[in-house]
Amino acid sequence: MKLTGAEILIECLKREGVKTIFALPGGVVLKIFDMLHQQKDIEVILTRHEQGAGHMAEGYAKATGKAGVCLVTSGPGMTNVITALADAYMDSVPLVCFTGQVPTSLIGNDAFQEADNVGLSRPCTKYNFLVKNVAELATTIKEAFYIATTGRPGPVLVDIPKDVSMDKAEFTYPSSVSIRSYNPVYEGNKWQIKQAAEAMTKAKKPVLYVGGGVIFSGASQELMELAELTHMPVDMTLMGLGAFPGEHPQSMGMLGMHGTYWANMAMHYSDLVVAIGARFDDRVTGKVSEFCPHAKVIHVDIDPTSIRKNVNVDIPIVGDCKTVLRELIQILHATVNGDQKELRKPWWNQIREWQQANPLAYQQAADGPIKPQHVIKRLYELTKDLDPIVSTDVGQHQMWAAQYFKLAKPNRWLTSGGLGTMGFGFPAAMGAQAAFPGRLVLCIAGDGSIQMNMQEMATAVVHKLPVKIIVLNNRFHGMVRQWQDLFYEGRYASSDLETTPDFVKLAEAYGAVGLRAGKPSEIDAVIKEAIAVNKPVIVDVPTYRYENVYPMIPAGGCNHEMILEDPPALKNKQPGSGQVTPKDSDTILTA
Amino acid sequence: MEHIISVTVENKFGSLSRVAGLFSGRGFNIESLSVAPTLDPSMSQMTIVTSGDDRIIEQIVKQLNKLIDVIKVVDLNESDFVSRETALIKVHTRPEDRAEALRIADIFRANVIDSTPATYTIEVTGDPQKIEAIINLLQPLGIKDLTRTGRVAVARESIRSTSVQAKKVARE
Repeated sequence: MKLTGAEILIECLKREGVKTIFALPGGVVLKIFDMLHQQKDIEVILTRHEQGAGHMAEGYAKATGKAGVCLVTSGPGMTNVITALADAYMDSVPLVCFTGQVPTSLIGNDAFQEADNVGLSRPCTKYNFLVKNVAELATTIKEAFYIATTGRPGPVLVDIPKDVSMDKAEFTYPSSVSIRSYNPVYEGNKWQIKQAAEAMTKAKKPVLYVGGGVIFSGASQELMELAELTHMPVDMTLMGLGAFPGEHPQSMGMLGMHGTYWANMAMHYSDLVVAIGARFDDRVTGKVSEFCPHAKVIHVDIDPTSIRKNVNVDIPIVGDCKTVLRELIQILHATVNGDQKELRKPWWNQIREWQQANPLAYQQAADGPIKPQHVIKRLYELTKDLDPIVSTDVGQHQMWAAQYFKLAKPNRWLTSGGLGTMGFGFPAAMGAQAAFPGRLVLCIAGDGSIQMNMQEMATAVVHKLPVKIIVLNNRFHGMVRQWQDLFYEGRYASSDLETTPDFVKLAEAYGAVGLRAGKPSEIDAVIKEAIAVNKPVIVDVPTYRYENVYPMIPAGGCNHEMILEDPPALKNKQPGSGQVTPKDSDTILTA
Repeated sequence: MEHIISVTVENKFGSLSRVAGLFSGRGFNIESLSVAPTLDPSMSQMTIVTSGDDRIIEQIVKQLNKLIDVIKVVDLNESDFVSRETALIKVHTRPEDRAEALRIADIFRANVIDSTPATYTIEVTGDPQKIEAIINLLQPLGIKDLTRTGRVAVARESIRSTSVQAKKVARE
């Protein structure tokens, strides 16, 4: 039977098991929306901005491990979604983005709402297609899902001209797909794996350095087995949080620019770094020439370009984390006989010393201004038994969340790592909530970043996505302000937002629930109230404005040279002390 | 160090821009790039002349391989190869220079492929040094236009495999 392009698209989505898409219509995709309107299998979540649709699809993908799908129109629809594509590309998120295009006869004519979608998205997608003939549509979609979800996952864009969505073709969905020029390697080289196992049994001061690849590969179980078998400490990247339980005694927490003191010290003094599904990002390595100066490096990654891109690697293993770890464990089981714990005792003693010397710390006075870390700590303690999914925006709050919210399981942590996209958190949380309607989904945000996609609150209300947003409100672009304090002599160039909207009233205006904790003593009650409500909630928490994130390795600095607290010049800086403009003296915003 | 990289890609709309975009996006050098279909019309052959230290070249090869449309990447510098470039040089010729232009062309075994009373268009093929040399000699006459193809290259066949190949052909 012949189907129109629009019908073929929907049939393909059904065959790929897609239940939810995030979409915003426009002229050239009306046929597709019209067909979506006449079916019941796929839920369409109408967003208020295409960027929101993209991030929701990302949140959906990160929480489920399946490809997220979004559908937007040509021209501005497509350009609006680019940020989400670039974000997904940096963080290896499987995404299939359908964009409308002007009719094939008009392509290149500067038609209304025309943009070169394939050209614009080329550098921020894993692959992209322009479908010029409806007969190719089904195969193209099959290939798009295949490319997005295999190998190192990433976003794929499928550009569908208006006439292609209306033309008819015989529909057959290919059961499998093979692309001669695309063959991801899953099995690691056996010889290299053997070498790695040998190095791991011998190392006295090893560190497992794990990233988001472990989560996408579904290798958390294997990671746990490997860590316990070899008794190695586990450093996690921002993207890797949740790959290993945060409360496990071998968990070192996050490493890197705002990582824990001991995670970074362990890297610097280790004799063997075992990188698994991580990519030696500059926020992790700091100064590359002094990165892990004493260590041999083993690097397991499915993407060969990640290996030796930033740092030299002694034992490279190209392959899927799960497959490689399984093989490693098998070899280690045969060679390790309980002596690892003894061998690494001095190393662990050293690590425990580091942990005691410089724990993560903040001071919360009972009647003082609310410290942002305290809010996250309480949020963690009050919700950890509910197994929440946590999203964040980008900035200080993100780093505090990474430090204080200890995730127990993978696919619970939605954050924008590589691109650092403010405005990511709320729509990503909504995407996860759409995938898991019954789960508790928290969005930890700053007052700066939440305003970047605030409009999606309307979507959350309409589609009943009861995300709980906690706004750590310091009326600053806090991370910018921190850098200005540390490196620009406290000149707050365009970082002081001066005023933020009344988030309680704003939530109410959207038909959501607004709550505020004005004092430390109110935090618990407000969090509990927010969780109890079955509606989207904004919890506004005005916090101390000048809190900084520590430890901190300045950009390009060396990993063992961390700033651990405010330097003296900042410590004495009190609101109204002269360095701070008088209007900042109201550290607490009163309702 | 200069490297010549041979890339086999899908002969598809957009393949060239993916390769070119990779070089510009990642800040890799590209000295010349030539592209044309292969014997199999579904594939194109690119010859890219680039430069960088070993780590950069390793990244270039890996990043090229990562592109979905790329079928095969060979860094020709890893073995022996031959390379050639063609230039078309349109040179001004006053009556008293015309014989000199022909002499220069002759020295380089170049051909005159177009002639007008005031110009010759000379075709020359060779390695980059040869092209540079003829350009230098023709420059005093006045070069009106110059087009170079960029280098194309192919790996040298080892003597052994060539003889095997010859036998196979002979048998056929």
